Amino acid sequence: MFEFTGKLKNLSIILMLIGVISVAGSFMFNGGGHHEEGGHGEEAHTEHAKEGHHEETGHDEAHASHDPNAHYYETPIERDYHKTSSRATPDNNHFDVTNGASTLTDEQIHHQIGNKPWANLLVNTFFFLAIGLGAMFFMAVQYAAQAGWTVVVLRVMEAMASFMWVPMIVMLILIVTGMGHVGGNHLWHWMAEGIMDPTSPHYDSIIAGKEGYLNNPFYLGRTVVYFIGWVGAAFMLRKMSIGMETTNDTAAQWKKMRNFSAGFLVFFAVTSSMMAWDYIMSIDTHWFSTLFGWYIFAGMFVTALTVLTLIVLYLKNKGYMPEVNHSHIQDLGKFMFAFSVFWTYLWFSQFMLIWYSNIPEEVTYYMARWGEYKGLFLTMVALNFVFPILILMSRDSKRNYGFLITAGAIMLIGHWLDVFILITPGSVGGQWSIGLTHIGTFLGFAGLFIFVVFKALAKAPLMPTKHPMYVESKHHHI
Amino acid sequence: MATKDKNIISALYDDDDVLLRGIKDVRDKGFDVTEVYSPFPIHGLDPVMGLERTRISMAAFLYGCLGLATAISLTYGMMVVDWSMNIGGKPSFSWGENMPAFVPIMFELTVFFAAHLMVWTYFVRNGLYPGRKAQNPDPRTTDDKFLMEVDLGHGDKDQLMSLLKDTGAIEINENSK
Repeated sequence: MFEFTGKLKNLSIILMLIGVISVAGSFMFNGGGHHEEGGHGEEAHTEHAKEGHHEETGHDEAHASHDPNAHYYETPIERDYHKTSSRATPDNNHFDVTNGASTLTDEQIHHQIGNKPWANLLVNTFFFLAIGLGAMFFMAVQYAAQAGWTVVVLRVMEAMASFMWVPMIVMLILIVTGMGHVGGNHLWHWMAEGIMDPTSPHYDSIIAGKEGYLNNPFYLGRTVVYFIGWVGAAFMLRKMSIGMETTNDTAAQWKKMRNFSAGFLVFFAVTSSMMAWDYIMSIDTHWFSTLFGWYIFAGMFVTALTVLTLIVLYLKNKGYMPEVNHSHIQDLGKFMFAFSVFWTYLWFSQFMLIWYSNIPEEVTYYMARWGEYKGLFLTMVALNFVFPILILMSRDSKRNYGFLITAGAIMLIGHWLDVFILITPGSVGGQWSIGLTHIGTFLGFAGLFIFVVFKALAKAPLMPTKHPMYVESKHHHI
Repeated sequence: MATKDKNIISALYDDDDVLLRGIKDVRDKGFDVTEVYSPFPIHGLDPVMGLERTRISMAAFLYGCLGLATAISLTYGMMVVDWSMNIGGKPSFSWGENMPAFVPIMFELTVFFAAHLMVWTYFVRNGLYPGRKAQNPDPRTTDDKFLMEVDLGHGDKDQLMSLLKDTGAIEINENSK
C-alpha cells in the first residue's frame, strides 16, 4: 500500500502555491489596464523584431536580387496574402510574412497581450488534460485487448486518469470566460462579438459559414459531454477495478470491464478528434486539417506514456512495486519510443502535404509558426523526434532508469512546447514569450497532478492481485 | 550442427522445461552445451545456454544509416545535380530547401536497407544457402523431441552419462559411429 505523506505532499502543495502566484501574476501584469499594455506591447515588439532580425535580412536579400533560390514559401504566398488577406488569414493570426508584426494595429496588439495569460493557462490545462486522457485511453486498451503484461501498472493508469476533472474544470472556466469576453479572453476568435453577423464591422464570412459547428451552446454542450464521458468512464473503470478485489467472480467482472472499455474507446475515438478541433484547431479558425485529431492524439498518448513510465520509475525507486520487472520497464520504454516516432509521422504528414501544395489558406498555419516561432518550432521537433529515437533505440537504454528519465524529461518538455506552438501563434501571435509565468503555471499544474494522482494511488493497493491476468503480468519476461 | 566428433554426447528430451533445467545442470558441472535442437523456439534458451546476445540490432542500425545515406545521395544526385527539378513550384534547386519532399524516400530506403540486409546477414551467419542440406542429428527434433549436444572435453564420460540420465533425458547417444 502506497502512502502519500511527507516530502512529496509538501512539494505538491508548494508547487500549487507557485502555480497560483504565477497565474495571478500573469493576469495582473499582462492583462491589466490598456495604457500599461501599450508600453508593454511596444517593448515586446521591439524585442521580437531584434530576434527575428536574421530571418528578415534573409528575406530582404532574396527580394533584392530576385534570386531563384529565394525561400520557397515567399513569392506565391505573398501575392495571395495581400489580395485576400482577410480570407486567408484568421484575424487573430496577427502575423505578416514580410514585415513581421509591424502592420498590426494597436488594438490587435492589445488583444494579443490580453490573451497571453489565457493562452498560458490553456497550454498547461491542455497538456495536463492530455496526460489524464492518454492514460485513460491506454487503460481502456488494456482491458479491451485483455492484455496481461500491464496489470502491475494498472493502478498508476487509474490514478492518472482520475486527474482529468481538474483540467476539465479549468477548461470550462476558459470557455465560459471566452464566451463572455471576460478579462480579455480572446482565445477562440470565432467567439468574437458580431463575427457571424453580416451587419457588423467584425463580420467574417468564412467563420460565419462554420456557425453550425462553432457556436456557443453546441460548443459548451460538447465540452460538458466530454467531461461527463471521460471523467465518468475513468471513475467507472476505477470503481470496477477496485470492486474486483472483493467480488467472487473476477472473470465476469473482467469481462464486464472489457465491454465497458470497448464502448469507451468508441466514444474516445470520436471525442478525442472533436476535442482537438474544439480546443485547439478552432483557435486558428479559418484553417483546418483533416488529420489534426490524430496528431493531437499522438502527442497526448506519448505524453501520457512518458508520465506513466516516470511515475512507475519513481514508485520503484521508493521501493514500491517490486512486481514491476525490467521487462515491464523495457516495454514501457518501447511504447515511449514507438509513439514518439508515431507523433513525428503524423506531424510530418500534416506538415509535408501543406508545405508541398503551398495553398495560401492552408499554409498560413505554418507561416505563423515558421515566422515568429521558427527556433521554437524546430527545437520542438528535434526534442520530440531526434532525442527519443537516439536515446531510446537500444535495448539496454530502455532498461536503464537514467536513460529513461532523461528521455522522458526531454519528451515532456518537447510536448509541452508542441502544445505551446499549437495554441500560442493563433492567440498571441508575435507577442509570445516563455517566462516565469509559464514555468510557474506548469509547476502549479504539476503540483495539482502530483497531489491528486498520488492521493488516488494511496487509496487502493498498488497491485490488483485479484485481476485474472495478475500472475501472468508478474511473470512477464521478454 | 550434426557431428561425428567422438567427444560429443547427445541427449534427447521430451519436454522443453526438463531440457532447460538439464542444460543448467550440465553447464553447472562444467560441461559445454554446444548445440540444442528444438521443434520451436524456446523462451529463455539463450541465456541458459550462455550464448552471447545477438549483435543484429547494431548491424540493423548501421544498415539503416547506410540506407539513409544512400537516399540522401540518391536524391541529391538525381534531383539537384544531374537534373534539377522544380518541386511543387519551388525552383530552389537545393537539397536542403526541398528536404521535406525527400523525407519519404529517406524513410523508405532506411527501412528497406535495414530489413533486407538483416535478412541476408542472418542467412550468411547461419550458412543458409540454396541447396544446403538439413543438418539434424535426429529427425524427431522436428516433431516433438528436444536434443542437446554436450562437449565431453576432458571430462569423465561416465559421469556425464549419469548426469544426463539424472536430468531426465529419455535417450543418450554417443557419436561413435
